[in-house]
Amino acid sequence: MAQLPLSKEEILEKFGPHQKHEPPGGWDFSVQDPDSKVKTHCCFCGQGCGIILKTKDNQVIGFDPWEAFPFNKGKLCPKGVKRYMQGSHPDRLVYPMENRPGIGYERISWEEAYTKIIEAINRIQGQHGKDAFALLSGVSLTNEKSYLIGKFARVALQTANLDYNGRLCMVSAGAGNKKAFGIDRAANSWADILETDLILCTGTNVSECAPITTDYIWKARDRGAKLIVVDPRMTPIARTADLYLPVRPGTDVYLFNTILNLMIEAGDIDFDFVNNHTVGFEDIKKTVAKYSPQDCEKVTGVPAANIIKAAEWWGRARRSFLLHARGIEHHTKGVDNVLSCINIVLASGRIGRTGCGYGTITGQGNGQGGREQGHKCDQLPGNRDITNPEHRKYVAGVWGIDEKELPGKGLSAQEIVNDIHAGKIKGLLSICFNPLVSLPDTQFTEEALKKLDFYVAIDFFLNETARYANIILPGSLHEEDEGTATTAEGRVVRIQSAVTPPGEAKIDWHIFQDLAKRLGREKYFSFQKSEDIFNEMRVASHGGTADYYGITYGMIEKKMGVFWPCPEVGHPGTPRLFEDKKFYFPDGKARFNTVEYRPSADVINEEYPVYLTTGRVIFHYLSGAQTRRIGFLTDQCPDPYVEIHPRLADDHDIKDGDIVRITSRRGSIDLKAKVVKTIRPDTVFVPYHWPDEKSINRLTQRALDPVSKIPEFKMSAVRIEKIS
Amino acid sequence: MSDVFEENDFFIDPQRCIGCKACEAACSECSTHRGVPMIHLDTLDRYYTVKTGPTVCMHCDDPACASVCPADAIKRTEDGVVQSSLKPRCIGCSNCQIACPFGVPKIFRLQAQMLKCDMCYDRTSIGLKPMCTTVCPSETLFFGPKSVIEKLRKNKPNNEFTFGKQKITTKVYLMSDNSDAPVDMDVVDFMSSSHINEGDPWIV
Ligand code: SF4
Repeated sequence: MAQLPLSKEEILEKFGPHQKHEPPGGWDFSVQDPDSKVKTHCCFCGQGCGIILKTKDNQVIGFDPWEAFPFNKGKLCPKGVKRYMQGSHPDRLVYPMENRPGIGYERISWEEAYTKIIEAINRIQGQHGKDAFALLSGVSLTNEKSYLIGKFARVALQTANLDYNGRLCMVSAGAGNKKAFGIDRAANSWADILETDLILCTGTNVSECAPITTDYIWKARDRGAKLIVVDPRMTPIARTADLYLPVRPGTDVYLFNTILNLMIEAGDIDFDFVNNHTVGFEDIKKTVAKYSPQDCEKVTGVPAANIIKAAEWWGRARRSFLLHARGIEHHTKGVDNVLSCINIVLASGRIGRTGCGYGTITGQGNGQGGREQGHKCDQLPGNRDITNPEHRKYVAGVWGIDEKELPGKGLSAQEIVNDIHAGKIKGLLSICFNPLVSLPDTQFTEEALKKLDFYVAIDFFLNETARYANIILPGSLHEEDEGTATTAEGRVVRIQSAVTPPGEAKIDWHIFQDLAKRLGREKYFSFQKSEDIFNEMRVASHGGTADYYGITYGMIEKKMGVFWPCPEVGHPGTPRLFEDKKFYFPDGKARFNTVEYRPSADVINEEYPVYLTTGRVIFHYLSGAQTRRIGFLTDQCPDPYVEIHPRLADDHDIKDGDIVRITSRRGSIDLKAKVVKTIRPDTVFVPYHWPDEKSINRLTQRALDPVSKIPEFKMSAVRIEKIS
Repeated sequence: MSDVFEENDFFIDPQRCIGCKACEAACSECSTHRGVPMIHLDTLDRYYTVKTGPTVCMHCDDPACASVCPADAIKRTEDGVVQSSLKPRCIGCSNCQIACPFGVPKIFRLQAQMLKCDMCYDRTSIGLKPMCTTVCPSETLFFGPKSVIEKLRKNKPNNEFTFGKQKITTKVYLMSDNSDAPVDMDVVDFMSSSHINEGDPWIV
């Protein structure tokens, strides 16, 4: 039974989060000449900014801007600037530990830890079947680790139940992209944003979640490009937009179907493109005919005149670029929302050429690459499908196993936790995932964790979920290992190791190698260095849509990033997809996907009359396990809060700074009110980076998109009341 | 003296600011003022707007801080950079703090000295851009030739400011705000009026 061995207060005292304000060794130490300057990347969002880390005595003592790196040219957000403070941290785990109830987390040796883990795996799998032991991973890990963990789950642990925290991030976009284009990648490098004439941002708080992208947007605007922003909150980028459409949460399909209908009525369709390079237009034309701007106004709350204006601008633009992110994707209709956006891109024919493009903005450090190389429950390397016999055969061949040995499709992240709760999954290995903070319905996740027969967590800090683990293994930070990551643009970049892991901590993939060996599968994991893993991954991805075969470490370093697909050695990579108007289907044509508006899962009524939406702030990354330990970042945003419009606040006699109780059908939370005019009066917003009683996911629900299995974080029905 | 200032100037374009505080974070990494930023990011009034803007030393051509300093501790370099107070001279009297029309100098009790932005002397003296202009994600803070920014952007650089009857010219340029965006922007103004007044806006 996974339980806490100490009180939460005792755990906090020992394992933090403690705040680190100064570089390792203090300022006097860090101002000395560094031993080395390592060109690598930031780990705190999907943009993967280039950064130089300065080291001394095997510690990262500071940073320098990397001005030559083409994506960000030295630019960084505050997370990037202070990222190095996660190293040499007092909370860092430096030896394996065992959870001993009533005593604490006791230091044990690696050998003891491995013996206990293997014993538990064998026992659970022996009694309950292979799939009763699950693995949850994450896409802050490099491509190499993502690939290796996918292989480990299938070949060593032999479980179908491997999934990852990208399930909370990229899956709606990925599924939508595959349905429409047959390939899951932003269609362009960001260079095309600079050349465009109209940018449409929907459900993306660019300034806080993809800060460098702001510069691309402004540079286009300097040239005269117009900007449309669709968001229930007036974010910093929305503030200056040429057209701002504050839609009601969950009504995106209505808006985009209406825009498409208006484009059709006005004849603003690229028929040459539609007729020759797409299928499904006639069907969608029939469907969207009933979406009028007047009805759209009623549903979205946006004036019909502005909807018409958006359709005119989009319909008649010479060049255009559509960007979206979790705002439209975190819904039970996340995939539909994505498809409704892609439909207006396809109808315009503006894709695959200069200044014309489309992309989702990947959120996590390696959100793009991590989802391509096979640690999703339904996927194999190269973005292959685990249910496709050809794909299975190819990858089994690369791995040297019999195709029959390869497990089938497993459960998605939330479904794994559901099955743990139901007692069907008994054992869990987690790395780079903090579901107690990041999954919806926190109380349910906590109950599930307590039901686990055995839980082993790999992490560099004791994250809130790992507190429940029986065994905790100290893994490695981003800057402690070699590898590659793939950015939001589809650019594969080199992650360089700046230092080695402290104490007894190990490089993550060494831990998986050690476990594989003890599971009798050593020969499949005989890698000497990260590059060996990468080279095998290249072969495993070859012929898949996410083809990395032609990419080498040397080439990435020389070119400062290579865009996949890169199917052959010597191939220059592919910054812009679809230049030949060929899409990744046998007939080469893109697909219109007919989608209809449908309500969200949670029901707004008299009892729960307010929409709750959640998201990030610029100062924190995901569950906050790293950024809540960095002093500067925590100082800027120490606690969650709730944004409330003055109209709603007045109705409840709430003043700025009052404590407000927000209640959903799952639970409640007390937060400080931030009364602001920058949000719709029927909607409240709370950032999600905190655990325990500060976790807004106590209120969100486990309703999933039927295709992508993403939870509906962006729409919960709540009521609010003033507490004090 | 370095030549970076011969061709380049420092520009602030607040309409682009996203309030991320990368400038403060990076400035606070400096080896001289260690953990304390010399640049400040202000939110205008969060009730009305998400608008933010950075304040750096404007490096006045005729700096008020220096002229009111009783200890003659504040020097302006040939490049036009107004420096922090000279440690041996500074008496921490706060005159500079009170006199500056932009509210820039601060007395640091720990160092017992006035410290302020010196445009990253450590960097500019070896030909690098000031740190905040290097990291700023939106190029709100920009360091480069005036001719370049004038060509790139639609708004205009200005370095003349009037306070009452007094005219001040500065080394740092402020870009005009071209957006029509008023400070008070209520999301309600962008919503359907019937939607707001229907009484039960959640019912489709
Ligand atoms: S978090 Fe993103 S924008 Fe910020 S420095 Fe890191 S990669 Fe760049």
